Amino acid sequence: MSQIATHQTQKGMVVKQAGPLALIQDVGRFGVGHLGVTQGGAADWIAFRWANWLLGNALNSAALEIVMGGGLSFETEHEVRLALTGADLDAHLDGKPLAPNVSFKLLPGQRLVFRQPRHGLRAYLAFPGGLNAPEVLGSRACTAREQIGGLHEDGKPLKVGDRLTWKGTAPALRRIPEGQGPLMPTSGCRLPIVLGSQIASFNGRALFQAFNHPWKVDNRADRMGVRLTGPALHGSLTGIISEGIPLGAVQVPPDGQPIVLMNDRQTIGGYPRLGALTPMACATLSQCLPGTEVWLTPVSASQAQEDYRKQLTVWC
Amino acid sequence: MKLNSIEIRIETTAMDALMVRLFDAIDEANMAWVIAADQALRKAFDAALIDLVPSYTTLLVHYDCQQLTHSEAIQLIHKALSGLTPVDTQAGELHDIPVWYDESVGPELPLVAKRAGLSVKELIEQHCNHDYCVFALGFAPGYGFMGLVDEALATPRLKTPRRKVAAGSVGIADRQTAIYPLLSPGGWNILGRTNVPLFEHAKRGEPLFRPGDKVRFRAISRAEFEADGGDTTPMEERP
Repeated sequence: MSQIATHQTQKGMVVKQAGPLALIQDVGRFGVGHLGVTQGGAADWIAFRWANWLLGNALNSAALEIVMGGGLSFETEHEVRLALTGADLDAHLDGKPLAPNVSFKLLPGQRLVFRQPRHGLRAYLAFPGGLNAPEVLGSRACTAREQIGGLHEDGKPLKVGDRLTWKGTAPALRRIPEGQGPLMPTSGCRLPIVLGSQIASFNGRALFQAFNHPWKVDNRADRMGVRLTGPALHGSLTGIISEGIPLGAVQVPPDGQPIVLMNDRQTIGGYPRLGALTPMACATLSQCLPGTEVWLTPVSASQAQEDYRKQLTVWC
Repeated sequence: MKLNSIEIRIETTAMDALMVRLFDAIDEANMAWVIAADQALRKAFDAALIDLVPSYTTLLVHYDCQQLTHSEAIQLIHKALSGLTPVDTQAGELHDIPVWYDESVGPELPLVAKRAGLSVKELIEQHCNHDYCVFALGFAPGYGFMGLVDEALATPRLKTPRRKVAAGSVGIADRQTAIYPLLSPGGWNILGRTNVPLFEHAKRGEPLFRPGDKVRFRAISRAEFEADGGDTTPMEERP
């Protein structure tokens, strides 16, 4: 508790208006699934890493995940360099538009505001050295459902009056190389999926439709799961004995409409699965607004790993 | 019946995760094998293990694909589990869990009793008269799925789940029983409330219940529950 008290007296950046959802996140909480504790962490881990990279931070430093924007605004009490990546949430700095994927200076008296999603859904705001926040089970990820993490250790999103403070003082001055930054998805984008063992339980028609039909991102979508709507997929299984759920698992409940399980998913569950989206596909899906059309495209585990390792090299 | 060996199946489940399937049905006897496999896999994968989630019949192995390829991970599982022998299940802890069974905090007491053809008092006695096996942790931090509940007490989940189930609520769903570690939505039939801090234990990384442990519920009075610091706010009055 004393740690929090210090944060509240230190100078920092203050929330002047709260939007629908802004959460402190890092790469997530690992090695805790057996406790029933979820992974959490930045949903678009690629944009999140770029934000930290821009300031020369350790890539897992705690940053803000800002969903939608919705009027969320900040003022700083002393000059600071911040990095903004991911979705274009129509950010403005003292009334002037601020495009994502850059670092910028915020001065006392200036107001930073996030209005509404123009392209993508989640923006990441990184701070010098990473945000100060209590660490629980090795991570600063904020998981609302579990009441873990966040400034007040209750898993709640940022609210008016919250004061964010950070660890570092001298951030790097970097630019994302041309053509390398995080891309926001467009309608019709492909989501690579590694097929799982229960795939055989789906009937032939369901299998054809799953991979040869566009899926629509539903508005029932959050950090726990994203529902896709399209043809109903059926098979011989309606439920299974609950088993561990990996990131991106595409489970199909009895109504035949798939749900992709994301960072804040439950650790075990009992619906049959088509497989699991790759981590890169999860990042893409996390930026899709409701109504976006997506295609599930099968990929082998080894090919997916090759693509993943290649992505990791960009920050080396 | 005691098995000397089991068939181990390894299935791809994600880019960097494999499912180790040991059984096809829920059985208390599985736990000795699941725990043995858990220990063997943790040891074999060591620093290349990101997460290991055991459940009733399976273990989900999430490995670090910067250290191992998919086929190396499969080989490592085979090696780790060859010649696997079950652990001694007597090694699991027996937990004594005091519960205040009362309609105000356990609104489904009458429903479950009626279905079982028992009085509420008899239902409570039955629920307390068994050492339940912890099958798996999941759903919420520290939440243990336990069973098997006597067939007569088995009750399907509520048609409409509650938006808010109080922390400490003790419930039944089909032939399983569990305690809600923190305020959360849920569809189990709630019989009473306990004050054991499951969530706090999990948050420290030291869960009170582990798979293979046994749990015995013990009915206590309102006075005892209150003396222990229990929250007596009725379920339906929760804000």
